[in-house]
Amino acid sequence: MRAAHLLRRPVGLAGFGLLVIVLSVAALGPLLWGDRATVVDTGNLLAGPSAEHWIGTDNLGRDLFSRVLVATRLSIVLALGATAISIVLGLVLGAAPMLAGPRLGRLVTWAVNVLVAFPGLLLVLFFAVVFGVGERGAAFAVGLAGAPSFARLCHTLIAGISERDYIAAARIAGVSRLRILRRHVLPNIAEPLIVNATMSAGGVLLSFAGLSFLGLGVQAPSYDWGKLMQDGLNGIYTNPLAALGPGFAVIVAGLAFNLTGEALAAAFGLGDVPGTARRSRIRTAAGQTLAPAVTAPAVTAPVVTAPAEGTILSVDDLRVTIPGAGNPIHAVRGVTFAVRDGEAVGVVGESGSGKSMTALAVARLLEEPIRVEAGHLAFAGEDLLAAGDSASLRKRLGTSLAVVFQDPMTSFNPVHRVGPQLAEVSRFHQGLSRKAAFARAVDRLRAVRIREPERRARQHPFEFSGGMRQRAMIGMGLMGTPRLIIADEPTTALDVTVQQQVLGLLAEVRRDTGAALLLISHDVSVVTDVCDRVLVMYAGRIVEELPARGLRTLARHPYTRALVAAVPDMETDLTRPLAVIPGLPADPAHVPAGCAFAARCPLADDRCRSVEPVLEADTAGNRVACHKAGQPFPARTEEVTA
Amino acid sequence: MKTPTTAAPGLGGRAAGLWSHPWFRFALRRTRRLLLALWVLVTASFLMIHLVPGDPVRAALGPTAPADLVQATKEELGLLDPLWQQYAGFLGRLLQGDLGVSITSRLPVGEMIGQRLPATVQLAVAAFVLSLAVAVPVGVVMAVITRRGKGRRTELAFTGTSVVLSAIPDFLLAVGLVYLLAVQTRLFPVAGLDDIGSYVLPTLALAIGPAAVLSRIVRVEMLTVMEADYIRTARAKRLTPVRVQLVHALPNAVTASLTLGGMLLSSLVAGTVLVENVFAWPGLGSTIVSSIVAKDYPLVQGTVLVYGVGVLLINTLVDVLLALLDPRSTIGAA
Repeated sequence: MRAAHLLRRPVGLAGFGLLVIVLSVAALGPLLWGDRATVVDTGNLLAGPSAEHWIGTDNLGRDLFSRVLVATRLSIVLALGATAISIVLGLVLGAAPMLAGPRLGRLVTWAVNVLVAFPGLLLVLFFAVVFGVGERGAAFAVGLAGAPSFARLCHTLIAGISERDYIAAARIAGVSRLRILRRHVLPNIAEPLIVNATMSAGGVLLSFAGLSFLGLGVQAPSYDWGKLMQDGLNGIYTNPLAALGPGFAVIVAGLAFNLTGEALAAAFGLGDVPGTARRSRIRTAAGQTLAPAVTAPAVTAPVVTAPAEGTILSVDDLRVTIPGAGNPIHAVRGVTFAVRDGEAVGVVGESGSGKSMTALAVARLLEEPIRVEAGHLAFAGEDLLAAGDSASLRKRLGTSLAVVFQDPMTSFNPVHRVGPQLAEVSRFHQGLSRKAAFARAVDRLRAVRIREPERRARQHPFEFSGGMRQRAMIGMGLMGTPRLIIADEPTTALDVTVQQQVLGLLAEVRRDTGAALLLISHDVSVVTDVCDRVLVMYAGRIVEELPARGLRTLARHPYTRALVAAVPDMETDLTRPLAVIPGLPADPAHVPAGCAFAARCPLADDRCRSVEPVLEADTAGNRVACHKAGQPFPARTEEVTA
Repeated sequence: MKTPTTAAPGLGGRAAGLWSHPWFRFALRRTRRLLLALWVLVTASFLMIHLVPGDPVRAALGPTAPADLVQATKEELGLLDPLWQQYAGFLGRLLQGDLGVSITSRLPVGEMIGQRLPATVQLAVAAFVLSLAVAVPVGVVMAVITRRGKGRRTELAFTGTSVVLSAIPDFLLAVGLVYLLAVQTRLFPVAGLDDIGSYVLPTLALAIGPAAVLSRIVRVEMLTVMEADYIRTARAKRLTPVRVQLVHALPNAVTASLTLGGMLLSSLVAGTVLVENVFAWPGLGSTIVSSIVAKDYPLVQGTVLVYGVGVLLINTLVDVLLALLDPRSTIGAA
C-alpha cells in the first residue's frame, strides 16, 4: 500500500524508475558491455564521438560509453558499502547513551557533536590518509566520515522515543538493553533511518566520485565514474564528452537516490525528519500558500456620501472575504457603523464573529488574497478604499491612526531595539532626524509610564515584560497625534492586574489627546468599563448597537443578553454553574439562512430560521437586528445549560 | 545630559556585573567550545600518522629506500620517542608555529602552506561573497513575487532550477563550466591563476550550488517572517513596503538562514579541494591531495590542521554573527 502511495507521486515515480534503471545497469553492465569496454582499438586512440563510439574512446581506444555503463557497478557497490559502514557505525554511536550508560554516552555525544561540525570531505581526506589511497581505503574513509551525522540522527531519534511508555515498561520488566534496542527501538526509528540512508547514499556516491576524481579513490586498472572523469578532464579540449559523460551518470544516479528518498519520506508521512526537515519545510511552505491567486481587491465604486460632521471613522456595508478552495469564507458580511471624534466604541463578540477582521479591514492592514469591499470606508474625511498607497496618505495614517495589537510578545520586531522601532514613525512621517526621533521615542515611553525610558529605549523587546511591551505599543501610537486608536484585544494576553494598567493608560491617553477609540474585545466587562458605545457582532454582522452603560439593562438581542448573562458579577450565585451560551458559534464558512443565531436562540421560530432580520434603529439611535427583540426568555439560560 | 559624575557609578556597576552579563557568558562559553574543538582537531592530526597501518615512513619513502634513511627520517620526525613525548613535542612546536618539515620537498611545512593558503582563501571568500550576493536578493525578490500563492509559475521555475543546481556537485559543475565557458567559447582560461579572469570559473563553480540552496532558504524564511505579527506592526506604522521587507523582515529571515549559511560556508572551504584540482589552482587543495598520494605526513598534518582551523573559525564567526543579529539566542542558550 505504501509502495503504491510512493509510485503515485510523479517525483516518487521518477526517482524510483531512475533507481531501478541505475541498479539494473549496475547488475547487468559488466556482463553486457564488459567485453566492449576492454577491447583495445589502437586505430582509434582518444577519438571523439562517432556512430561506433558514442562518447569517444580513451587513450587505449576503449569505448568510453561502455566503460561508463560498466563503471556503474563499482560506483554503486562502493557507495552502498560506504553507506552501510556509516549506518552501522552511526547506529552504534547513536545508541551509545542507551547501551553504555549515561557517562560514556555523554562523551560519545560530545565527540559526535564536535565531528559533525567538520565538513564531510575534510573527514574523508583525514581518513584517506589513515587508510591509504585505494578503493577499499576510500570506502572506509567515506563510510567513517559519514558516521557522525548518522550518529546524531540516531541519537535524536532514539532520544525521541526512549521516554515512551513501552520502552519504560520493557526496561522495568528487566529486558536487556540490547534487546530493547533490537525489539522496541529499531523498528520505531526504521522509517526515518531508511529515508536518510537512501538520501545519503546519493551523497556518498557524489563524494566517492569526488575522491576518485582527485586520484585518492579507485586506482587503475579499476575504474568508477570519478576515475573516468579524471581521465577525461585531461582531454577536455579534444573530447569534452569523455569527462561530461561519466559526470552525467553521477548526477543521474545521485538524483535517483535523492528523489527516491524524498518520495519515501513523503510516503512514510515524515513531515520532519531531522536532516530532511529543511526540504520538507520548503515543500509545505509552497503547498500551503492559499490556492487561488486573487488579483487586486475588487474595489466597488465608493458611494460618495459626506460623512456626518464630527465623525472620525465612517464604515458602510463593509465586507471581508477570505477566498478558500471552492468555498470562500465571508468573515464580515456588511457592517455599517461610525465613530465620532473622541468617542470610545467597543466591539464585542465570540471568536470568529468577525470583530478582529473588521478592525484590521478598517485599519487597512488586511492583505491579498483577503478581499475587502465596502460602500464606503472613510477615516478623517479621507476615502480609504479609493486612495492608493501614496506617501501623503501613509503619512496621514501613520501619524493619526494608531493600532494596538493583541499579543505584545510577538508584535515588536525581535531584532530591533524598542526606541528606534518607535522612532521610525517620526523619522518617516514627521521628518525628524534619527536623534530627534529617538528623543521623542524616549519621551513617549515616559508618557506611557515606562521607568528609565532612556535605558529602556536602548533595549530589545525581549527585555521588556508583556505589560511594558503593550504600553510601549501604545507609546508607538502616540508618536504622532492619534485621532483614532484601534485596539484589537489589547489586554487578552496580559495578567489581570496588568490589564487594568493598560486599560487605565488607554483612558488616560484618550483624555490627553482627545483620540477616539475602537476597542475590540471578547470581554464584555472590559468594554463596559472603557467604552461609550458597544457594537455586538455575531457571524460577521452587527446584531446590536447600544450605549455601554445600558448593556445590562437595555440589551434586546438574545445574543447580547446571553453574553451579558455569561459574565459573573457580585450578585452571581456561586453555588450554581456559571452561565454559558449553548451551542457553537456559527461556522463562518457555512452561515445558515435566516438569523445566524437562530440555532442557539431560545426564542427562535421558523421566521427566524428563514428570514434574516435587518439592523433597525429605534428613536434613541440604538440598533438591533432581531425579530424577537426584547422578548423575555422562556427559561433562564443557566437552566438551559445546567 | 549626563555628567561624568553620574556616569561613573554606572560604569563601576557595569564592571562588577560583568560576570552576570549575558554577552560575557556567551563569549566564555563559545571560547571554551572553540578551544575544546581545537584540541580535538590537533590531537586527531597528531594521531593520524600513528593510525596509519604498517610503517608510515617506509610507505612514504618507498620499498627501495635504504634502511638507514628510513631510520634517520623516523628520528627526524621524532617517531622513536615514547608517544606522550612526541605529543608534548608536537604541541610545543605547534605553539611556536612550527609544523615540521615536508618529507618530499624538505621545506618547512609552514612555509609551503603560507605560499599556498592565500590563493585558497581568496577563492573561498570570493565564492562565499558571490553566493551571498546572489542568494539574498534572489531569495527576497522571489519571496515577494511568490507570496501568498502569487506567481505560481515563477515559484515552480525557481524551485525547480535551484533544486537541480544544488544537486550537481561543485566539481561536476566546474567541468561543465570549463566545457561551456572555456572550451566552447574561450571566454575564460581553462586552468591556472594568471589574471582576474582566471578567478571567474572556479568562483562560479564553487558559488552556484550554495547560492541555489541559500536562495531557497532565504525565500522560505522571508515567507515565514512576512506573516509575523511584528510585520503587521510595521505595516501599521505605514512604512513603505520596501522598508517593511528590507528593514523589518530581512534581518529576521537572515538570522534563520545564517545557521545553514555557516554550514554551507564551511563545506565551501572543503569544496575548494575538488574545484582547485579541476582548475589546477595553486592553492592548498592541490597540496593536500598530492601530499596524501605521496604520503608526505607532516605536510598532510599541516594542511588538515589549517583546513580544520578554518572551519572552526567560520563556525564561531557564524555563532557570533547570530548573537549580534538576534540577541535572544545568547540569552536563550545561557
